[in-house]
Amino acid sequence: MHTIRRTFGLPLLMLVVFGVLDWFFPKMFDLYIQTLIIYCGINMILAVSLNLVNGFTGQFSIGHAGFMAVGAYISAFLSVSFPNWAGPFINLNFFLNTVIGGLFAAVAGYCVGLPSLRLKGDYLAIVTLGFGEIIRVLLLNVDAVGGARGLYGIPKYSTLFWTLTWVFICCFTIVRLMRSTHGRAFLAVREDEIAAEAVGIPTTRYKVIAFVISAFFAGIAGSIFAHFLSYLNPSIFTFLKSFDVVVMVVLGGMGSISGSCVAAILITLLPEALRPLQEITKIDFRMILYSLTLIVLMLTKPQGLFGSLEISDLWKKYVRRSASN
Amino acid sequence: MSHIKLLSAVALSALLLLVGCGKKEGEAVGVVGDEILVGEFGSMTGNEATFGISTHQGIELAIEEINAAGGVKGKKIKLISLDDQGKPEEAVTAATKLITQDNVIALLGEVASSRSLAAAPIAQQYKIPMLSPSSTNQKVTEVGDYIFRVCFIDPFQGTVMAKFAHDHLNVKKVAVIYDVKSDYSVGLAKFFKETFTGLGGEIIAEQTYSGNDIDFKAQLTSIKTVKPEAIFIPGYYTEVGLLARQARGLGIEVPLLGGDGWDSSKLYEIGQEAIMGGYFSNHYTTDSDDPRVRQFMEAFKNKYTVFPDGLAAMGYDAAKVLADAIERSESLTPEGIRNALATTKGFAGVTGVITMDENRNPTKSAVVVQVAGTTNKYVTTIQPL
Repeated sequence: MHTIRRTFGLPLLMLVVFGVLDWFFPKMFDLYIQTLIIYCGINMILAVSLNLVNGFTGQFSIGHAGFMAVGAYISAFLSVSFPNWAGPFINLNFFLNTVIGGLFAAVAGYCVGLPSLRLKGDYLAIVTLGFGEIIRVLLLNVDAVGGARGLYGIPKYSTLFWTLTWVFICCFTIVRLMRSTHGRAFLAVREDEIAAEAVGIPTTRYKVIAFVISAFFAGIAGSIFAHFLSYLNPSIFTFLKSFDVVVMVVLGGMGSISGSCVAAILITLLPEALRPLQEITKIDFRMILYSLTLIVLMLTKPQGLFGSLEISDLWKKYVRRSASN
Repeated sequence: MSHIKLLSAVALSALLLLVGCGKKEGEAVGVVGDEILVGEFGSMTGNEATFGISTHQGIELAIEEINAAGGVKGKKIKLISLDDQGKPEEAVTAATKLITQDNVIALLGEVASSRSLAAAPIAQQYKIPMLSPSSTNQKVTEVGDYIFRVCFIDPFQGTVMAKFAHDHLNVKKVAVIYDVKSDYSVGLAKFFKETFTGLGGEIIAEQTYSGNDIDFKAQLTSIKTVKPEAIFIPGYYTEVGLLARQARGLGIEVPLLGGDGWDSSKLYEIGQEAIMGGYFSNHYTTDSDDPRVRQFMEAFKNKYTVFPDGLAAMGYDAAKVLADAIERSESLTPEGIRNALATTKGFAGVTGVITMDENRNPTKSAVVVQVAGTTNKYVTTIQPL
């Protein structure tokens, strides 16, 4: 009984909480706020999943938008071309399409990762960047998904509930993973590849595993994005999108899951929060201020908002310090 | 360490508060006192900032003129402009904010079809009329009965140039080279091919390139071998300018044809002599002697010190058409304005006489102009089919 509660207690509790929030939020907030929350959620999934590769495993991938595109297009294509293939339940269809999108992204991650993860640092970065561009150019040339015209008429399945649920699944999986043997192996690869190899950790295999899991969740985020925007265009998934995610990871702290979450929220909300300023002053310095904020944050805290610590670590420190005072 | 956490918590709540404030309850949609709120969203920053800014200037000028003339229904129009950085997802956020937070009565936007397509479902969902100045993709107005535009659609521009090539240039064999990355270019090429073959012409070569390419010699060499009588290049001015130079360099001397993507003074700067004499379809021409056009150009030049481009004219017309619809609407509600927009008939704008058809697309004429240095020479007007 105890183990069952330990294993399934939190997920079940969160599902109930999200269900209540999903019912409660539309009554309290208008669509604008909901839109922002969903964008925050999508960016959180992207940032946390990229953190697994860039932060925990110490590789440098800048092709996240490519995996996101794979997930987005595959799931959207399924929703558009085979509506209700899994029965009359919209949510079941959406869930399955999202998972399939994620799996395709994971396969793409495997295909890219296997040959290229023997590379290190800059070289890997270039390969992943190239991959992202290849995906985008492929999509531009596939007429079945609209090519350059884009894919429209995607049903709006994404709700607050699904977004929050996937954010939770993503964070939960990665937190649990990092506390397991495999998580230690990822860290070992990051800290010293040669030493890791020497103690018998198959480094390339672990790098590929990290890459595949990361790609899977990027695909999930893509699916939620597609079913929220209801329109896809290859130009959404340029390398700039990948850089947005890298910025979130670096800003939050390489190797901090809560850091990535906070940074994702911050980066999503900052341009929106600066809008009133623009309306009042009539000068469009929103993007300048946004960039400036990032520069100041990086200058004052180069290791990111949280470094490699988690919110829980900070909380423990805080409690300890208060106790000693 | 703990102060960091506290600080970020405070910063976050402040952010949320900032985002959340400004919600007004219990007022008629889009009317505050003696002001009518109209929203505009466009790419004021980002890669396509020039498009957004041109359109914005056109809209701003139109609204200034309308308000100076006493406004509509005795009320002034207040424009709320939001930037979407040229990203579809930001266009959705901007449109949602305008509708749900600012309570606008109608939306003006977006320039690019990709952003209009992303934002249109929101406008349709909230039943707020949305009038796009220059989204030419057919699908935009198919989203729903609240979505309108004031520009002609891609098929029409492709058709216009096909008719022009067949009737005015009397050519039978044409090569097409288009930007495979741009929905605009692909759309124009498709309808050009359909119409031209329908008129009895022949497309003897079809080549593609990608936006931002700088070398087109391979495609052009291949086109040269089949000896076309004209080349249709429905791309944007940067690539068109380069293409023209390389074509002339390879000894291809046939006329070059294109669409409104050519409309920029940069075209001549890049293409130089090579682009001289090229023909393209456009929404309006600064060469016109129509008094409305002359007056608009004068006013625009006085306000912004530059001559208006096509996008500015489209923005100007969009705002004027909307104001006209608000004036004619039976009630000052989004629904009333929608119904009035749908019955827009014979509205004389600077880009032609606009009549909305049952698909909420305007039937209007297009002009074909010839590149003559940094300015263009009016050639002919092609009437809607």
